[in-house]
Amino acid sequence: MERIPILQIGEFLLVTIQVDMHDQLAMTLQDDLSERISATSAKGVLIDISALDMVDSFIGRMIGTISGVSRIMDTQTVLVGMQPAVAITLVELGLTLPGVRTALNAERGMRLLNNSAAPQ
Amino acid sequence: MSAEQSGTQPILLEQDVVRARQLARTLAQGCGMSLINLTKLVTAVSELARNAVVYGGGGHMDWQVVEKDHRKGLRLTFRDEGPGIPDIKLAMTDGWTSGGGLGLGLTGAKRLVDEFELDTAPGAGTRVTILRWA
Ligand SMILES: Nc1ncnc2c1ncn2[C@@H]1O[C@H](COP(=O)(O)OP(=O)(O)O)[C@@H](O)[C@H]1O
Ligand SMILES: [Mg+2]
Repeated sequence: MERIPILQIGEFLLVTIQVDMHDQLAMTLQDDLSERISATSAKGVLIDISALDMVDSFIGRMIGTISGVSRIMDTQTVLVGMQPAVAITLVELGLTLPGVRTALNAERGMRLLNNSAAPQ
Repeated sequence: MSAEQSGTQPILLEQDVVRARQLARTLAQGCGMSLINLTKLVTAVSELARNAVVYGGGGHMDWQVVEKDHRKGLRLTFRDEGPGIPDIKLAMTDGWTSGGGLGLGLTGAKRLVDEFELDTAPGAGTRVTILRWA
């Protein structure tokens, strides 16, 4: 079955979405990520959507669910690289992605995760 | 109207939603559409094509390149022979879904385009026409 790869880098999981996802592929990613978060007890998840030229309500819901699931499992999710046109469209669509942390690019997203994973 | 100015594409399966998005993107680029307008249009296409598959049991997307005052645009009709929508007002409410969606497909698509027309009745299928200028 077609799958979007999930990479593990230290305590973090990294997903780079580079294909125009059909709905089943998005659902598989959601399930795979949830499983990997619990199996690896990752400290953070970074989802890079810089290659995505569209986010509709289905993908938006998937992102919201992943973020919610990870929070319940005490993991941070950061969404990085959203294109400006995609961000504008999302707002007009009516999707505000409450509770989803975002960063401009992968580097900043990593920094955000590192800071929040650091011992207090 | 020449053959390249209009056409039809079936939307039967989930993968056809991706194809509908890709066709709309190519056509919008051909109209010289700005990236923001193109992104809005493609997102609306994704919502309406998915509805045709999920709720309408599959259908078609008719497309037409239009021009007015030297400005191009794209008119798209999503039509299916599914059950239709019994309560249009309810379906056109932000956040209302009969399935497990976010209920933003119809209302969101309407906000993302210049013209939006919904024509449906119980047992008579659903037809949504949108227009986005370049
Ligand atoms: N083509 C269609 N045929 C039948 N019912 C539809 C169609 N499109 C939309 N609907 C109805 O309108 C509701 C709202 O649609 P939408 O705004 O796209 O939200 P969602 O897909 O998240 O439910 C759907 O839940 C469904 O009941
Ligand atoms: Mg929908």
